[in-house]
Amino acid sequence: MRYDLQIIASWIEPDSRVLDLGCGEGELLSFLKKEKRVSGTGIESSEAKVTKCIENGVQVLQGDITEEVHDYPDNAFDYVILSQTLQQVLEPDLLIKELLRVGKKIIVSFPNFSYWSIRLQILFFGYAPKNRQLPYEWYNTPNIRIITIKDFRRFVKETGCKVIREVDINTHSDNLQGNIINFLPNLRATYGIFMVSRRNNGES
Amino acid sequence: MSEYIEPDRDGISVGQVEKKIHTFAEPPLEIVLESGARLGPITVAYETMGAINADKSNVILIAHALSGDSHVAGYYSEDDPKPGWWDTMVGPGKGIDTNKYFVICSNVLGGCMGTTGPSSENPATGRPYGLAFPVVTIGDIVKVQKELLDHLGIAKLLAVVGGSIGGMQVIEWAISYPEMVASAILLATTTRHSALAISFNEIGRQAIMSDPNFNKGDYYSGAKPDIGLALARMVGHVTYLSDEAMRDKFGRRLQDRDNLSFDFDANFQVESYLRYQGSKFVERFDANSFLYITKAADYFDVGRQHGHDSEVEAFANIKAKILTISFTSDWLYPTYQSRDMVKAMKKNGLDVSFCEIEATCGHDAFLLPNERQSTMINRFLKRVSEEETNAL
Repeated sequence: MRYDLQIIASWIEPDSRVLDLGCGEGELLSFLKKEKRVSGTGIESSEAKVTKCIENGVQVLQGDITEEVHDYPDNAFDYVILSQTLQQVLEPDLLIKELLRVGKKIIVSFPNFSYWSIRLQILFFGYAPKNRQLPYEWYNTPNIRIITIKDFRRFVKETGCKVIREVDINTHSDNLQGNIINFLPNLRATYGIFMVSRRNNGES
Repeated sequence: MSEYIEPDRDGISVGQVEKKIHTFAEPPLEIVLESGARLGPITVAYETMGAINADKSNVILIAHALSGDSHVAGYYSEDDPKPGWWDTMVGPGKGIDTNKYFVICSNVLGGCMGTTGPSSENPATGRPYGLAFPVVTIGDIVKVQKELLDHLGIAKLLAVVGGSIGGMQVIEWAISYPEMVASAILLATTTRHSALAISFNEIGRQAIMSDPNFNKGDYYSGAKPDIGLALARMVGHVTYLSDEAMRDKFGRRLQDRDNLSFDFDANFQVESYLRYQGSKFVERFDANSFLYITKAADYFDVGRQHGHDSEVEAFANIKAKILTISFTSDWLYPTYQSRDMVKAMKKNGLDVSFCEIEATCGHDAFLLPNERQSTMINRFLKRVSEEETNAL
């Protein structure tokens, strides 16, 4: 399983209800179902991946995450997971607000655009950065939102929410392995992973 | 639904099956229909495949669509040239695996393939019912299936599976008998017909009723309204296909000729094909059954019948895990209808999965061999089966 998903999985309490947005082939949900008796559902736009989820015994809906999320009642889930997708969303602020309505806690992971090698690429070469995490050209990248770890912290603060947990990581070996970055994460981490809740923690 | 009955390419089949009947609701114990009318006695024709296990936990009920019947898979005899209508899905190792599950399929109430319908004898007159047969609903059809299961001593269904009008019965099952249904598989179906779907049914019914032989439905002793029924079938058949499927299959190709004939013979392949489909259909189907079953489908409206016009309320008591599949080119039961249904299920926190399969062959896609559909159904059933076992 992808390294960021391993960390996310470790944050999920047993027997909780989980919504995984952009769940791919259902790897994380399948793991959580087996290891933590989680009742989970995924949303995925690709028919092929949805088929795989169902084959893997994972509950899944084919659709667009920004549309599908509206149908759920308030606090329908203990956790809503948005892993490596935020940077591809047209209106991230509205989506996060909606996620905080349907989930008591949300877990968001995203590539950190202020990673030192990205900074250097712009500084020295003057081209839009490319690396293993961001392998696209400017004209075909699905990553339309440039987010840094510091941006996200500020965003959470400004929207009146709070960060419950934050882990910044640097991954390698096709993202399957990695390590946690504690010192200067905004410069040294390739991904940020945040658990966020409403100020009142959604318990009211 | 159309007929695509061909022997399995790999020669895999559930083998020989037998049509059985069960009769109940003998007067004065008639059943009361949704309309308030009483009906009895009722005979149900059904077929079973596979073996039931000791705790009767492996039972799957399949609900057929408009022109289907109890003969879902297998052959009636060794020299039977054609298998049942869903032989590609139901059989050993197939999507619905008869090595694992005990499969039941019965002909619908109002049908003409062994279950009581307008062509059955009316006990009050000793002659076929014709239009004296009461209008039945999807709810009534399901009630009769429930009677059959009671008779067979089956208290729990691992799954109810159906496409099109069969899917409506599956929804009805999940709502009306929530404790009995562990899972529901809904293929190319809807919670209520659109105006478009009702329109095509009405055209078909009008074609039948305006046939000179229709005689107010009392035609069983003379010539039948074959022309009307064939026309109804032709219209219906078009709605089961798609522009793309018809373009691929027929285009504007001519049938057995090189030039146009400048008369009203069937010049185009598609004309000839539709005429053939129509003429074949009248050999095996009763025109009155077409009226009754299409009416039941048009009347079906989950919100109105079960939820004070709210589908969210109608689904509130469902306990079944649900798999919904729609097809991109299905314009009779388009994907938006499946999505609306899924939306109402989500609002109830139901365990629901949904997939829209890319397919060019229109509404009929659910009947055609489709690896993706078969695999999803197979694995979904496996999951439900395991979870049911673990829950014990």
